[in-house]
Amino acid sequence: MSINSNRVHQILTSEKFKNLVRKRLTVSIALTIIMLSVYFGFMLLLAFYKEFLSIKIGEHITLGLPIGIGIIVFAWLLTGIYTRWANSKYDKSVRELRNEILEN
Amino acid sequence: METIQTTLGQVNIASIIIFFAFVAVTLAITYWAAKKTKTTSEFYAADRSISGFQNGLALSGDYMSAASFLGIAGMVALKGYDGLIYSIGFLVGWPIVMFLVAEPLRNLGKFTFADVVAYRLKQRPVRIASSVGSLMTVVFYLIAQMVGAGSLIQILFGFPYELAVVIVGLVMIAYVLFGGMLATTWVQIIKAILLLSGATFLVIMTLANFGMNPITLFNAAAEKYTDVVLSPGGFVTNPWDAISLGIALILGTAGLPHILMRFFTVPDAKQARKSVFVATGLIGYFYILTFFIGFGAMVLVGQDVVSSFDKGGNMAALLLAESVGGQFFLGFIAAVAFATILAVVAGLTLSGASTLSHDLYVNVIKKGKTDEAGEVRVARIATLIIGGLAIILGLSFKGQNVAFMVGLAFAISSSSNFPSLVLSIFWKNFTTKGAVASIVTGSSLAVILIILSPTVWVDILKNPEAIFGLKNPAIFSMTASFLVAVIVSKLTKEKEASDKFEDEKLRTYLGIGAE
Repeated sequence: MSINSNRVHQILTSEKFKNLVRKRLTVSIALTIIMLSVYFGFMLLLAFYKEFLSIKIGEHITLGLPIGIGIIVFAWLLTGIYTRWANSKYDKSVRELRNEILEN
Repeated sequence: METIQTTLGQVNIASIIIFFAFVAVTLAITYWAAKKTKTTSEFYAADRSISGFQNGLALSGDYMSAASFLGIAGMVALKGYDGLIYSIGFLVGWPIVMFLVAEPLRNLGKFTFADVVAYRLKQRPVRIASSVGSLMTVVFYLIAQMVGAGSLIQILFGFPYELAVVIVGLVMIAYVLFGGMLATTWVQIIKAILLLSGATFLVIMTLANFGMNPITLFNAAAEKYTDVVLSPGGFVTNPWDAISLGIALILGTAGLPHILMRFFTVPDAKQARKSVFVATGLIGYFYILTFFIGFGAMVLVGQDVVSSFDKGGNMAALLLAESVGGQFFLGFIAAVAFATILAVVAGLTLSGASTLSHDLYVNVIKKGKTDEAGEVRVARIATLIIGGLAIILGLSFKGQNVAFMVGLAFAISSSSNFPSLVLSIFWKNFTTKGAVASIVTGSSLAVILIILSPTVWVDILKNPEAIFGLKNPAIFSMTASFLVAVIVSKLTKEKEASDKFEDEKLRTYLGIGAE
């Protein structure tokens, strides 16, 4: 692969590339924080306010059941949201920048 | 007292036939894969030919061990809701793998995660340190799996423990030795499909007894064993303990060498991403199934029967299978559990062998100067070493309580592999000395603290009181590992490494130059 190193330097310092990196980090870190807050929030609920999860929402069914299973589903949905974002938005910018670098 | 009607522990013909069919098919695949396994890229990474969907199945196969299938179902059967809390901890690490690790890892690495840690840093010290973290994680995980395999097969098939360990060891060595990553991947895929369909079928058969309505099942459980089973119980008594375990499970998942290695089998970052999406969905689905299976066993088999076979409830899923599907279905589920163990130890062995050959032999001893054929030969010798070690450890830990070793593997992974991996990807000023100090601190603290913790100091060494109060050390060892990494890196500037960071971005974010 022959890449012009001046050109690479130009790209790396370009607004477009910096934007891409910034967006990528923002999305990754935001989603990580959301996942960690949901999980550790659940653990803190268990530690300090267990009664909340024992609240009955049916004859015997407790609020803890939909919340617990909900966290599993939520974790999967988060990976889905990330995948969707990355497949449409992120990959498009990556393609453009790659073309700029590899064509020159 | 209910009478126990079960053929568990007797030789089950259906089980043996299904198991041997599995071994025959997977060995045939290994034969096919062996012809395509000549170069290093083929041996370690299936020549990057695995699709995102296939890798998702294989990742879930690597992660859904017999311990999580039988153990979590048993925990739910005996403790109800608390079993769900446990499985949630194992699942939520996966989104973190996706957001922080999967794509940069794919773009920067070649065969092992140490490739990524050593990318900008000095090869030899970093490779040696990460190999220590990597091998410790793999070996502790392997011991837990091998000992579990031996005792499980002893109960399931009536084979002697030693024979079971040797069979598992030899078959898995055959997969890895001849078929490399391609065979290992397909063994994982087949096992994942068998396990997921077996568990799905078990849940359908169970729910058929409750008008296909899970709520009726939960109500029946509450009526039999009071509402306690649907509420959180004693799982979280000490919040620090819970948080520490949570850290080990979540961040540890993102540092397991055999999981990370799978990201090198797909062609690009997009497929790496897709594979985590598929794996998270399948593993989450599987944990929801085990929750239903546990409750099914609680109601249809009964807690006293479940615990009479095994204190930890490990036989719950199997007893339920026999109760709803008869002897043939018991045989099927038992064979699936056996296949599961085989697949997991194969993945671990391949990962341990790549660390020995790619990280230590090639990059440390030979300083990167080997030819293709030479490295593949060394990787095969390393497979024999790790596989042989697995058999020896499985035999020597017979009858020991090794359940804590999975927790230990996760603690080491979260405290030594994860910090160095994440910092090498995201932090410009990370240095060689910082990486080595962080890995040494994290892994040794994790081991020392777990020995001093109630898990080993009291439960195994039978001392009256633990010196370190928490059952899992990750909250301390992981924090210490990050702190040491930052402090040492600040003290030891490494211009070469930080200069390379900008160029590394080209590969991290755009995949240019990725292998």
